[in-house]
Amino acid sequence: MSLNAEIRGQLFNYLLRHADDRLVLGHRLSEWCGHGPMLEEDLALANIALDLIGQASLFYKLAAETEANGRSEDDLAFLRDSAEFRNLQLVEQPNGDFAYTIARQFFFDVYDVLFLEQLSLSTEAEISAIGAKALKEAQYHLRHTQQWMLRLGDGTEESHRRLQDAVDDLWRFTQEMFVPDEVDHTLTAEAIAPDLETLRSSWQESVEQTLREATLELPEDSQYMTSGSRGGYHTEHLGYLLAEMQVMQRTHPGAAW
Amino acid sequence: MVNAWDCLRTVPDPEIPVVDVVSMGIVREVEETPESVTVTITPTYSGCPAMYEIELSIREALQSAGHKQVEVKTKIAPVWTTDWITEEAREQLRSYGIAPPERSCASGIDLKTPACTFCGSEKTRLQSEFGSTPCKALRVCLECLQPFEHFKCI
Repeated sequence: MSLNAEIRGQLFNYLLRHADDRLVLGHRLSEWCGHGPMLEEDLALANIALDLIGQASLFYKLAAETEANGRSEDDLAFLRDSAEFRNLQLVEQPNGDFAYTIARQFFFDVYDVLFLEQLSLSTEAEISAIGAKALKEAQYHLRHTQQWMLRLGDGTEESHRRLQDAVDDLWRFTQEMFVPDEVDHTLTAEAIAPDLETLRSSWQESVEQTLREATLELPEDSQYMTSGSRGGYHTEHLGYLLAEMQVMQRTHPGAAW
Repeated sequence: MVNAWDCLRTVPDPEIPVVDVVSMGIVREVEETPESVTVTITPTYSGCPAMYEIELSIREALQSAGHKQVEVKTKIAPVWTTDWITEEAREQLRSYGIAPPERSCASGIDLKTPACTFCGSEKTRLQSEFGSTPCKALRVCLECLQPFEHFKCI
């Protein structure tokens, strides 16, 4: 890539945040392994986790090359603290019950398909390649979570109540997906990255449609919305997640098998 | 010395050993010179855990065939698609008990119903979109009631 130093710096940040989204969400889903409500769902969540962690690895690898500072993809994943992570607060939220996991995944998957469709059009070949690769996987993820939204929302009284509670509780984390910062502005101007604001209305429309079909109520838009995760502000849950995920590399630096 | 392509056709896919890495479309390019061989491979899924194993097997197969210097590279574009699986490999998958993907998948995810690999019935039901590996879904035959795997279209 023949980009100037300033853009390279922004690009490093950009790749890092999208890698972090996938690693953190992938790790959360992997916590279900062996605890899924049924065998098929246990496999499904583990599969989605594997896809997300694989995608994270593609983003980290490119981030490490872009930074060109001697840090490897593993260093980026395992040797940064929570304030250095740039993932969305949505993806670090604990699994809760199954409905909570599905609602979190659904909000992310709708965004992810829209985001990756646009990312695959990036003027940077290596970035568009990651977008195109991950998009095929994300379409499967979305189809899966969408079906669960319908089944749980339009299911029993209890499944409906649990999913509505999850939707209401997670709603405040959804709007920061579409708030661009300086990094986004710079890269959007270079046609390297999608314009996040243009994804918002498609996301809203798609989410509203599924919620309606699932007989769920759309949460009030006027409520408090979180922000700042792209700048390193997180809920307390991320620290615990990283402590568990990173313990091996922190305790035995450089351990490999 | 066996030429590199023929040599690679003897390397099985570690997760589905009935097919090889060439007929699965995993091997994208081979550059062969008298001194060295460079093989470019592509992952089926981003998180495919078999990539390292595939790289090792390729290296081993080429080296034991007399190719001293072997380099294995990975690339992700163009994106791997089940369309690259050869006709022969599709039949091998079917006889192994995995319903092969329908052609062509490049335009999106597959919504067609694959036939049962045991009795051939077209009446089958999706059990789960995710199976024992990222590339497979689980189905059940409504005629003979056997569960079977389906290679997902991507």
